[in-house]
Amino acid sequence: MGEGIATATSELTSRDRWDHVQARLGYRRMQHLVAPGLYRLGSPSRSSPVFVSANYTLSFDALRTSLRGIDAFILVLDTKGVNVWCAAGKGTFGTEELVAKVRSTGLAEQVDHRRLMLPQLGAPGVAAHVVKKETGFTVEYGPVRAADIPEYLRRGEATAEMRRVAFPLRDRAVLVPVEVIQSLRYLLPAMILLYIAGGAGAMMMAVAAVLGGTVLFPLLLPFLPTKDFTSKGLVLGAVLALPFAYLHAGSGASLWTAASFAAAIILLIAPVVGYFGLNFTGCSTYTSRTGVKKEIFRWVPIMVAMLVVGGALMATTLMIETGWL
Amino acid sequence: MLDIPMVAADKVDDNGINTLRYMPGRCINCGRCSEVCPHGVFRQGEKRAVLSQPERCMECGACQLNCPTGAVQVESGVGCAAAMIKAALTGSKEVTCGPDCCGR
Repeated sequence: MGEGIATATSELTSRDRWDHVQARLGYRRMQHLVAPGLYRLGSPSRSSPVFVSANYTLSFDALRTSLRGIDAFILVLDTKGVNVWCAAGKGTFGTEELVAKVRSTGLAEQVDHRRLMLPQLGAPGVAAHVVKKETGFTVEYGPVRAADIPEYLRRGEATAEMRRVAFPLRDRAVLVPVEVIQSLRYLLPAMILLYIAGGAGAMMMAVAAVLGGTVLFPLLLPFLPTKDFTSKGLVLGAVLALPFAYLHAGSGASLWTAASFAAAIILLIAPVVGYFGLNFTGCSTYTSRTGVKKEIFRWVPIMVAMLVVGGALMATTLMIETGWL
Repeated sequence: MLDIPMVAADKVDDNGINTLRYMPGRCINCGRCSEVCPHGVFRQGEKRAVLSQPERCMECGACQLNCPTGAVQVESGVGCAAAMIKAALTGSKEVTCGPDCCGR
């Protein structure tokens, strides 16, 4: 019994900060690991609280830095380097792992009380009443955000605000670098192909569509009209297509080809941004499986149709303009 | 007696928007559902939990798992199109967050 107790601090070293930057860029994203087990933070006594966390550096570091000046134990579960909420959804931040870690670390011999404080977002993986039955420890779900813990401890209860998950600009903005980096494997080949086929203008359309979907969409999410993610993306994409239509119309095109080019470019760019929007559902904090399933069945066929019609229209327009037809 | 209407044990509160079902007849008012819900779908009532905003449910499953009497049912899963489309394309049954998904 007892794997030995490690020590944690509330300070971030430059190495920790560099690790956070890498995690936010999606670099070696499953490798931001903390050793699972029991940690002492400060000088905990036998009555000090026990906080439970995931073995993802961003989760663990958010907790320990929020507990500055508080003597506590931290029990780190093995979530395979995944954050608390996602790991709870997978079940790795779960009842079984929590019960196993309480036993293997000999926690009951370190403290006289029988209370564990879990992050609220660990609840999709943990059945509190089962943990109680198996270990004798009562699970208390603390606030959603670690930063609220000191205030939570002072009050002795959570405010309604502490229990709610929002999706503010800051939380959306930190996702942008990963979104952009993951899109590069499609964007770079598309840029090269379009440059060869249609020059710099065509290449810039791909850049606008992808950056629209990966940068503007997350940032503008609550301000885009319409309710579901895909239609928000379609609206944004149509707006982003307008400058290209305008530039083309000014380059000596006839009224008819200018109009069909505008329609084609909107039909091509809007579904690309719409698809990025649809795929952003999982990054948000409030979409349900039922809702997203409906959204997929509703919009994917429409977006495919837009691309087909847009592609045909674009080809026809360009052939007319170049005298092929 | 308190002026609270009795609820039949087999009463089921369904909604047409998602898979959340609440059976108030089984509720013992322990408060767990309103504690774990990140969207305020439940709130604690005088005698039993109140399903106040079912349309905000994201089907995370926290309330169901933490309800000691089985008064809440939900088909939990991730509301992620990328995961669902990937699972559909690869024929995988497991729809979950993967290492090459979003930034969370």
